[in-house]
Amino acid sequence: MSKLVAFAAIQGGYNIVQKAEGVYARALEKYGPDQKLEFPNTAYYLPIIYSLLGLPVKTLGDAKKPLEVARALLPPHVKSLNYLPYLGPLLDAGMAAILAEEIVEAIRYVEDPDFYIVSEEVDLEKGKIWLGAAEDTVFRKRGVQFVDGSAPGFVAIVGAAPNPEIAKEIALEYQRRSIYVFMCANQAGTTFSEQLVEAGVEIGWNTRLVSFGPDISAAVFALGFANRAAMAFGGVKPGDYQRMLLYNKDRIFAFINALGEVNAEWAANAAGCVNWGFPTLADTDIPEILPTGVCTYEHVVANVPIHEMIQKSVEVRGLKTTVATVDVPVAYGPAFEGERIRKNDMYLEIGGGSKTATVEWVTSAPMDQVEDGKVELFGPDIKDVPEGGSLPLAIVVEVAGRKFQEDFEPILERQVHHLVNYAQGMMHTGQRDIGMIRVSKDAVAKGLTIKHIGTILHAKLHQDFGAVFDKLQVKLYTDPKQAEEMRDKARKVYVVRDARVENMTDEGTDTYYSCTLCQSFAPNHVCVVSPERTGLCGAYNWMDCKASFEINPTGPNQPIEKGEVMDTKLGIFKGANEFIEKASRQAVTNVCFYSLMNDPMTTCGCCECIAAVLPSCNGIMTVNRDYTGETPSGMKFSTLAGTMGGGNQAPGFVGHSKYNIIQKKFLVGDGGLKRLVWMPKALKDELRDNLLKRGAELGIPDLVDRIADESVGLTEEEILPFLTEKQHPALEMESLFG
Amino acid sequence: MSEATAGKVAVPEDVTVDKATIKMLHLAQSKGIETIFDRAVKMKQCNIGTEGICCKVCSQGPCRIPLTKAIKEGTEPDNRIGLCGATAETIVARNLARMIAAGCAAHSDHGRSVAETFLAMARGEAKDYTIKDEIKLREVAGFYGIATTVDDNGVEVPRDKWEIAKEVGEICLGQWGQQQGEMIYLKRAPQLTQDRWAKHDVKPRGIDREVVEIMHRTHMGVDQDYRNLLKQGARCSLGNGWGGSMMSTDLQDIMFGTPYPNTGKINLGVLSHDKINIIVHGHDPLVSEMIVCAVNLPEMQEYARSKGANGYVVAGMCCTANEILVRHGMPIAGDYLQQELAVITGAVDAMVVDVQCVMENLARVSECFHTKFITTMPIAKCATGKNTMHVNFEEHAALEKAKEIIKIAADNFPNRGEVNIPSDTNRMVVGFSTEAIKYHLGGTFRGSFVPLNDNIINGRIRGVCGVVGCNNARMEHDEVHLALIKELIKNDVIILTTGCSAMACGKAGLLTPEAAAVYAGPGLAEVCETVGIPPVLHMGSCLDNSRILTAATEVVKAGGLGKELADLPAAGAAPGWMSEKAVGIGQYFVTSGVYVMLGVSLPINGSPIVKKHLEHDMEELYGGRWDYEPDPVLAAHKIIAHIDRKRAALGIDKARERVLMDMADRQKIEAA
Repeated sequence: MSKLVAFAAIQGGYNIVQKAEGVYARALEKYGPDQKLEFPNTAYYLPIIYSLLGLPVKTLGDAKKPLEVARALLPPHVKSLNYLPYLGPLLDAGMAAILAEEIVEAIRYVEDPDFYIVSEEVDLEKGKIWLGAAEDTVFRKRGVQFVDGSAPGFVAIVGAAPNPEIAKEIALEYQRRSIYVFMCANQAGTTFSEQLVEAGVEIGWNTRLVSFGPDISAAVFALGFANRAAMAFGGVKPGDYQRMLLYNKDRIFAFINALGEVNAEWAANAAGCVNWGFPTLADTDIPEILPTGVCTYEHVVANVPIHEMIQKSVEVRGLKTTVATVDVPVAYGPAFEGERIRKNDMYLEIGGGSKTATVEWVTSAPMDQVEDGKVELFGPDIKDVPEGGSLPLAIVVEVAGRKFQEDFEPILERQVHHLVNYAQGMMHTGQRDIGMIRVSKDAVAKGLTIKHIGTILHAKLHQDFGAVFDKLQVKLYTDPKQAEEMRDKARKVYVVRDARVENMTDEGTDTYYSCTLCQSFAPNHVCVVSPERTGLCGAYNWMDCKASFEINPTGPNQPIEKGEVMDTKLGIFKGANEFIEKASRQAVTNVCFYSLMNDPMTTCGCCECIAAVLPSCNGIMTVNRDYTGETPSGMKFSTLAGTMGGGNQAPGFVGHSKYNIIQKKFLVGDGGLKRLVWMPKALKDELRDNLLKRGAELGIPDLVDRIADESVGLTEEEILPFLTEKQHPALEMESLFG
Repeated sequence: MSEATAGKVAVPEDVTVDKATIKMLHLAQSKGIETIFDRAVKMKQCNIGTEGICCKVCSQGPCRIPLTKAIKEGTEPDNRIGLCGATAETIVARNLARMIAAGCAAHSDHGRSVAETFLAMARGEAKDYTIKDEIKLREVAGFYGIATTVDDNGVEVPRDKWEIAKEVGEICLGQWGQQQGEMIYLKRAPQLTQDRWAKHDVKPRGIDREVVEIMHRTHMGVDQDYRNLLKQGARCSLGNGWGGSMMSTDLQDIMFGTPYPNTGKINLGVLSHDKINIIVHGHDPLVSEMIVCAVNLPEMQEYARSKGANGYVVAGMCCTANEILVRHGMPIAGDYLQQELAVITGAVDAMVVDVQCVMENLARVSECFHTKFITTMPIAKCATGKNTMHVNFEEHAALEKAKEIIKIAADNFPNRGEVNIPSDTNRMVVGFSTEAIKYHLGGTFRGSFVPLNDNIINGRIRGVCGVVGCNNARMEHDEVHLALIKELIKNDVIILTTGCSAMACGKAGLLTPEAAAVYAGPGLAEVCETVGIPPVLHMGSCLDNSRILTAATEVVKAGGLGKELADLPAAGAAPGWMSEKAVGIGQYFVTSGVYVMLGVSLPINGSPIVKKHLEHDMEELYGGRWDYEPDPVLAAHKIIAHIDRKRAALGIDKARERVLMDMADRQKIEAA
């Protein structure tokens, strides 16, 4: 049977490479070799070619070499008798196909620039549903989910389901398991993506239903995404194809569902994917490849009934997924977090445009005053409000337990946002007293009520944080007066809390915390979180790590006795170094907490911002992930992240959180905030109030306005006159390279 | 040859299962031409010699000290000694050690000539040879710690291949004469295997030194402790397996190309009626490679036509055949026992021989036909036969010498008399070098031994057995190999084969991918179908048994099957061995940790103590041991039992559970 697969896939490989050569030749003739070739807003060039062959393709001319590699990889056809072994040749043919397809897709961006929409979301109104290569902001944001486990893997769905309703069922089931669905190819002109649209399912990165493209060649966007993750988070070097593919096999839990008739070109792509360790499951009667080895388990499994496809797929890939079981009448899971509810689909709005009072507040209560699982609603429920109406809402969660500490309150409180968002048909933004909730008509029709918010919070907080409390009850106030009362009460608590965290210092505690959450992807990377250096991803501050350790004592956040302070200015701690050396498997032996010039802390690639040295300005710039433009360092965020991700120490660069910029210890080893000469305008605006405050503390109240941004310039030469004019303090400071 | 017909003759159907051989034996007997098969019937083996208890190391002997029934049964004490007092243990061990020395000398001396030619090539003194596999050259250089890159103004660039080759050649050649330290290639073995060698002090210092030392220690009145003698045998064997043979394989691969799967044909039917048939026979490919090159030259083709022939057939016999088969797909005329039969077809215009396993009787049989019997090596001439001639092969003028030989064959073509070529041939897929296996298990990007290990762990493949070695006229030709191999593959044991054993498989169709569905057990068949391979993998000549060592090492490295070669669910077998080389090979496998099954006993039965040492004690020392079982099916089951014990020790005798990974499991994965 494998022989038939080999026969077909090798044939498919020839077809694809030959077509690609044709496309290439025509493009070369039309545009010339200097035509730029790229996937817009992405790093790593054409990522499959770059990661496997180490060839940076920047122009049409550059694509010649990898296309030649693809041609050379094509093996002889399989003879009917006394044939030569075909497994290796089959995989080579598959790889040839994929290399060729990546070039074809890149050429499509030149020939038909509007074919793909460079965005996180589709634009149904304009009929733009093909997303193509994930731009870097999307990639970083989504890639992190593969790192922290909120996305266990992805399925590449090739072809189309028997009908849109079945497509919807499959998609929903994968969403419930938090698995990303990457869609490509068509079955006689019908695509899975369009079937979902037809069935009224919201597609796009935000719902994890990613419509890459209508052709089989769009499979390269899925594989490219995987390889970018390995380079960005795994520190796999371009050209190290062996590590790259093993990284994917061991850490990226992806697989293919081939729906409908499998032709030779699909077979070639399936064979290509086996190189990555990604198996294919088909609903049709195709030859199977069951013995294990290149993939973890089976390579090709056929005749899988549609209703067993998902269960069988995760089993074949060796993946454990959990479906959140929360007693609500709608689907529930992380995949629904990004779902939008537009005005037209909305039944009810809380806060936001309706300006009703909202607040979310988690507070401790004595054991005898909490009845676990009790959910009370004070005021009207959704059904009491007409369609398109609004309500105020105070969510008060009362927690009791011997192990529960006041410090855990904000941590639990921060969960409200995504836990509410996970419900299909419910959209949540903001936090504390600036939250907003929208509930869709569909969800209300299915029976979703305000009380279900309580059900969700009780079930999920128990599931995730059960170790630190015993009992939890939820009070929901929709009565306007009561809601406002609760909000005012909570506001007083917020003030006390904020002061407590802000006043903590690195000197004031002997215990820091490690964070090795990302080691599933970046095996050598170790974060150490101190009170004044929050986690570079922005998600974990010292308090969070402490709570996380209490909740899960063997988990990724471990206490580190900072030990002897070896350098106060640079922030070198003996205990931290010892821990890092061990946890990084000897890759990193010395880390300066407060410096980018000397042994900076590593990053997995998930950092919110990257600071880089600007030698001519004697200063430092920083750029956040959402800013996609050029920077005075000569590199975009994506390129910077590509240079330094994966747990490597890169002096001159360091990853950090946005909040870290306004923390007192921000790069004090290099001169601190006064060194900051450039940052994107949006980031400056976001942090403006705090920057003003910090400026005042440093004796330069208008420091924020002396910092350049993209409106001033994108090169050091362009910003230097501005800095001089504004008398930026960095210019007067001692040389960074002293 | 009237004296031949006067005596008994072999019954063809009883002595072989190969159809071509049966036909040719009938023909030979009808013509009154005696072959080895007939002589095996006529001539009995010496009982004393087969037991290993004839001592002829001094002129006071030969001393013969047979093991009597009474001693065997314990009714009489074992007081047997030679004139000098040498015990049965000393005599048997000395004789066996000398066999090991001879075998290792043969393979390694072949290796030396390869190394010399290689160095001459690198120095530009043997212009007809070249570097065909530069990747392997650089890999091999790495093993020797030879720089493969150079600094070019701060940029690291690849070093000139000829420079590398010179250094490789010099270091390699130095391994023969090295007197101290340990041989370099030993470090290619798994660390624990090396540790065992170090612990028992059997790491060879240099190839020649260990052979010479055996000759010294087995001289009259030197080493008289059988354990110490056999230890030196073990040490000497490693100098061949992980030295002379392995280097020879590597250097041949660099010069002639590393084998990758290729199709080929085998058996006497490959000879042609209308083409000039040149048989290259022996073991050393230096000559045959040149002949293969030269026949394709237009001038040689023209020369053939001028003699009325339609071109050439260069067919191999013995391991020279395997060498040109695995690299060029050249046909094999037959194995060791078929050499006389090839001449008896009347179609062989030249029988060109190099070294080893060339029967002197070829000269006599050639005399009955037009066949020119051409020796080529200065160390291997023949004084018998009117058709015998010597063309001295010189590496510096290799192609010219090859042409000279081809012309002799072509000139002889018109002299053919009656021709009887049996129609039998079989197709096969051959050429599974370690590199090729790796490639075919995952392609250019994912090639590794992991899929093999994985399928051994999950039980689809029960284990691996290297079935190698000679054919032996005292056993049923081919059948000893085939019965054993068929039983093993039926039980899901995958076979790696070399030498004449590989030829038996080829003739019986076991080297075709289609054989898996017919002969292999369901698990092995499924794996074969997935990869597209036969259940029996042809790895090359008997010298290439070193490939089995490197492949086994790759298996250990791929993980999951233990830490040393002795941990592997693997075995070796030489069911029809006859030459001293086979003893040398068997010993290097045993010393490397492999269980080795023989179908013909070693000449050791005269000393039950030595026998026990080889078949039991060695396992404690080296992890491997010798065993003997003449019944091939029983032998197969002893091998399977050994494999099952190893599987149990590895804990892979039970079904493997499917592990479903969650995020926490993934975080535990070690850095790749």
